[in-house]
Amino acid sequence: MTPDQAPEFQPGIQPRPSLWRRLDILSRRGLPAVLTALAVLLLSAPFGVPGQAELLPGILLSSVFFWSVFRPASMSSPIVFLLGILVDLLGFGPPGVMLLVVLLVHGVALSGRYGFSRAHILLLWLVFAGVSLGATALQWGLISALSLHLVPAIAFAFQWVLGVGLFPLLCVVFSTMGRSIANPDRA
Amino acid sequence: MIPLSITLRQALERLVLPILIVAALGIILLGQADRSLTERVRMGLADILAPAYGLVVWPQEQARTLLDRMRDMGRIEAENQRLRAENANLRHWYDVAAALADENASLKANLHWMPDPSPSFVTGRVVRDTSGLYARSVLVAANVDAGIHKDEIVLDGSGLVGRVTEIGSRSVRVLLITDASSRIPVRLEVSHGAAIMAGDNSGTPRLIYYPQDNPPIEGERVVTNGEIDTMPPGLPVGQIHYVRPGQPVVIPFASLGHLDIVRVFDYGRSTVVPPDAPGRIPVRRPADSLSLPFPSPLRRG
Repeated sequence: MTPDQAPEFQPGIQPRPSLWRRLDILSRRGLPAVLTALAVLLLSAPFGVPGQAELLPGILLSSVFFWSVFRPASMSSPIVFLLGILVDLLGFGPPGVMLLVVLLVHGVALSGRYGFSRAHILLLWLVFAGVSLGATALQWGLISALSLHLVPAIAFAFQWVLGVGLFPLLCVVFSTMGRSIANPDRA
Repeated sequence: MIPLSITLRQALERLVLPILIVAALGIILLGQADRSLTERVRMGLADILAPAYGLVVWPQEQARTLLDRMRDMGRIEAENQRLRAENANLRHWYDVAAALADENASLKANLHWMPDPSPSFVTGRVVRDTSGLYARSVLVAANVDAGIHKDEIVLDGSGLVGRVTEIGSRSVRVLLITDASSRIPVRLEVSHGAAIMAGDNSGTPRLIYYPQDNPPIEGERVVTNGEIDTMPPGLPVGQIHYVRPGQPVVIPFASLGHLDIVRVFDYGRSTVVPPDAPGRIPVRRPADSLSLPFPSPLRRG
């Protein structure tokens, strides 16, 4: 996948983009965040799917991690912040916990993105497993500390396993998306 | 956009994430300090999303009802068989019931049975527990114009609650059977003894004046006696329980601790009027004997 801004492929003098083209670029750039927000909204809707509550953090962390590594312009820090706020408002846990976790995952992905984006997909999977393990442990610790008793860890373990298992699948979807509909260079 | 130097812009961009993380920590602290704020914001968002969630739920419900109906259609044959058998069974019982009703009517006719007048009642909600340290009473919101009088009987779904003592314009005060000033004549259903149930401000009224040679039996039902006006016999009151030997109390059937909806019954004043004793001459009042058989001229002027 080509990075968002590759100056060597762009000519120095370009025609001023028309309004529609700019809208197109904007929508392609914003698509990952919008789709993630939509997934968050859908997963907090009453569908009655088993494991729905545990699915949400896995998908959110996968999406934030993937796009932060491969296209930070589409998943910038303020956008991650807004997504975290949305999840915290839709959930019933102590407010701010998921927000902090998501921001930290975003920060880790950003700081290591030059290594991660060149790594093999299996290595990236391992890295994501480690990062999401840390994130889930942090979430569990924070929720336990803020509610002043030890929350059963088994639900969080399930959530972590679900997220790690979903990551390769989501990687395929995201990279297909990043090459086609969410690619600003194609506008 | 404000023109900034590249280094300054890079420094600002590097600052965004730490600032946001600090903001997240702030939100955690704020959420711990002011829980009601979090709840309000969450409820606001939920209110906004509620129609969308409704749109999500609607097709699910439709699909579920459709599936249920299809499943029911599959089961319709077995269901029909079962209903036919049950119908035959019920028809038999209907015949039995009709025959018994006929028999009962003819027996009652032969006995010159006078049916009890069916009582009228008003239903109201208990709005306030006015119980204090020394009294047990509640306020019932009921339309007083519907005809609530003093001394009427208040029942909830399972038993006797108390008696109406005071009547306001929109509510009536009900003295509970647990109040220390409540005395209700009762009958014990198994041992057939009569007694007085006296409240003592606790949850279980005491039983006093019960026959000493025929003591109440643990667990037997207590019903009203019908010896006082306005209270018919046979209303369920409670159950006998011995807290210690020789001290029976009544555990009321009505949930007096958390009354919700009660009915105020009008059984009519003096349901059973005693006839005049035979062979007794009505006593003349002294004032009557002094009245003159002709109009007094003094009273005219």
